[in-house]
Amino acid sequence: MSIILSSETRVIVQGITGHQGTHQAGAMLDFGTKVVAGVTPGKGGERVKGVPVFNSMRDAVSSTSANASIVFVPARFAMDAVLEAIDAGIETIAVITEKIPIRDSMEFIQYARIKGSRIIGPNCPGIASPGLSKVGIMPNAIFSRGRVGVVSRSGTLTYEIVNALTEAGIGQSTCIGIGGDPVIGTSFVEVLRLFEEDKDTDSVVLVGEIGGTAEEEAARFIGDHMSKPVFAYIAGRTAPPGKRMGHAGAIIARNMGTAQSKIDSLTEAGARIASVPQEIPRLIEKEC
Amino acid sequence: MKLQEHRAKRLLESYGIAVPEGYLIRNEGEVLPVTDPVVLKAQVLSGGRGKAGGVRLASSLEEARNAAKDIFGLTISGYRPKEILVETEVDIDREIYLSIVIDRSAGLPLLLLSTEGGVEIETVPEEKIGRWHIHPFVGVKDFMVRGMIERLGLEGRSKKEFDRMVRALWILFYEMDCELAEINPLVLAEEGEIVAADAKVTVNDDALWRHPELSDAEEELTQLETEAREKDIAFVQLEGDIGVIANGAGLTMATLDNLSLHGGRGGVFLDLGGTDDPKKVEDALELMLKASPKVILLNIFGGMTRCDSVASGVLAVKKRLGISVPLVTRIRGTNEKLGRDMLSEAGVIALGSLDEACRKASEIGGS
Repeated sequence: MSIILSSETRVIVQGITGHQGTHQAGAMLDFGTKVVAGVTPGKGGERVKGVPVFNSMRDAVSSTSANASIVFVPARFAMDAVLEAIDAGIETIAVITEKIPIRDSMEFIQYARIKGSRIIGPNCPGIASPGLSKVGIMPNAIFSRGRVGVVSRSGTLTYEIVNALTEAGIGQSTCIGIGGDPVIGTSFVEVLRLFEEDKDTDSVVLVGEIGGTAEEEAARFIGDHMSKPVFAYIAGRTAPPGKRMGHAGAIIARNMGTAQSKIDSLTEAGARIASVPQEIPRLIEKEC
Repeated sequence: MKLQEHRAKRLLESYGIAVPEGYLIRNEGEVLPVTDPVVLKAQVLSGGRGKAGGVRLASSLEEARNAAKDIFGLTISGYRPKEILVETEVDIDREIYLSIVIDRSAGLPLLLLSTEGGVEIETVPEEKIGRWHIHPFVGVKDFMVRGMIERLGLEGRSKKEFDRMVRALWILFYEMDCELAEINPLVLAEEGEIVAADAKVTVNDDALWRHPELSDAEEELTQLETEAREKDIAFVQLEGDIGVIANGAGLTMATLDNLSLHGGRGGVFLDLGGTDDPKKVEDALELMLKASPKVILLNIFGGMTRCDSVASGVLAVKKRLGISVPLVTRIRGTNEKLGRDMLSEAGVIALGSLDEACRKASEIGGS
């Protein structure tokens, strides 16, 4: 089954006529995703990569019965695009756009909760279930189908790890990048719960980084509720306090959010910790 | 973006929150005649200002001038104060702590209130801090303010003033896209007046386009940090001697961590963002050369771009500017063999394994 996506997921690309939107729509089609529509206000009636473009989410949903969307709309207009998707009844919305003001993210995430939509991101690479569907921007070539779930706050670091898994002959059920911003729509804990319930996932790789307490909360959940093994890597052991390390959320502030605190919590909860990303496949081979 | 204290206070004032009377000086000659005692405060963004001698009291013009002269001569966490805020000293009856921050776990603003003001909130015992989440669709409501007033035990005029100011602070926090709006201490002066004696305001960088009025606010960035920002590159100066360039924040951090396992120390964190665009690689290399590290480690995990075009970018910089320091590259992705061969032929160390690249860079950096 995998989590969140299925082979029946019907996807709208919001911002399909932009450079990234067009390119990624093509890559998603290559992956096997059912990309059923694109939306760019004012560009209705066009086709991009054979996909019909609509002026509004409402039009696109009523014509195609889409249930997921991926947002490439620039930061200044992203909030409006996400609210429009929620309003049109979209169940899963992956927000790829980076540098969205925190207040905007906070508001569309709260609105999604009220209306029952799931937001993934923002500032994330999306989600992919090899062999089924991808609503994201991860390179297609790194994946192979299998039974390891991957959840991460990072982008390219996730590609690196997924690629290493594939090279080691370890396939993935679903890989999800939850985003590098301080406020995000889907947390580690929510994804861990889904993986724990998913009968196609045997074990989970968690890729965290400095900043906030999401990994500590994940550790509590792992200790209390996870029966499946969890393998974790935390980036930023050598990061100095008070400096924002690339991601808006990657900052050690007021003595909180250090890599050591996360590693300690996860270790205590029974997760196996990799000291370098490449170690993850070896740990899984040893355990499973 | 952290705002300087005087800037933060002007902002508070514009939302109707009382601040001490004061003015800004750029040299000691600008100190005005002193009637009531004044406090002189260095305008720097880093913490530890008080400990460094950046806050001084004075009760005469001469004292104030001398204090100003001393403060302008200080270096506080690497920065020399360019401005001093001269304020009339406030008569303190009680000090309170009040702030609104973003609670990342809840994804909501959180108001923190403590009867122990004037000290760092981290040192205040948990049970002495009152917490209220503020939902952006709901705002600050009467029942919350009643709870706060009860906690503080306010009466009469101060009760009314607090009610007004706490709502104003929330509006400011919301409208100004704040990550932090902290008043510490919030002073209960005589006759029930409430004054923000110090203020820290951090505005969300990603929302600055909504606030053109802050475009002239001064930030304490180095020349290279300013240049990196213009090129949309995440750049952090560290203490070691190995310059690390990678694509993606997580990958860059992971590279630095991996270096440390081999005894290497990162000197620069340079994140291209989640791109492997050859043009961006060129920009980054150029910027990195200006930081003059002992060795550069370039780690690219290719997504869409081909490794040979990243290699061409590296070689272009090498040809145009010359790269005088050793360059260790680790490039993975489409056409990786071709990319590595191109680099090797030009004398660049080109590897496929991250661990090996980190070991190599650490060896060179440590020698």
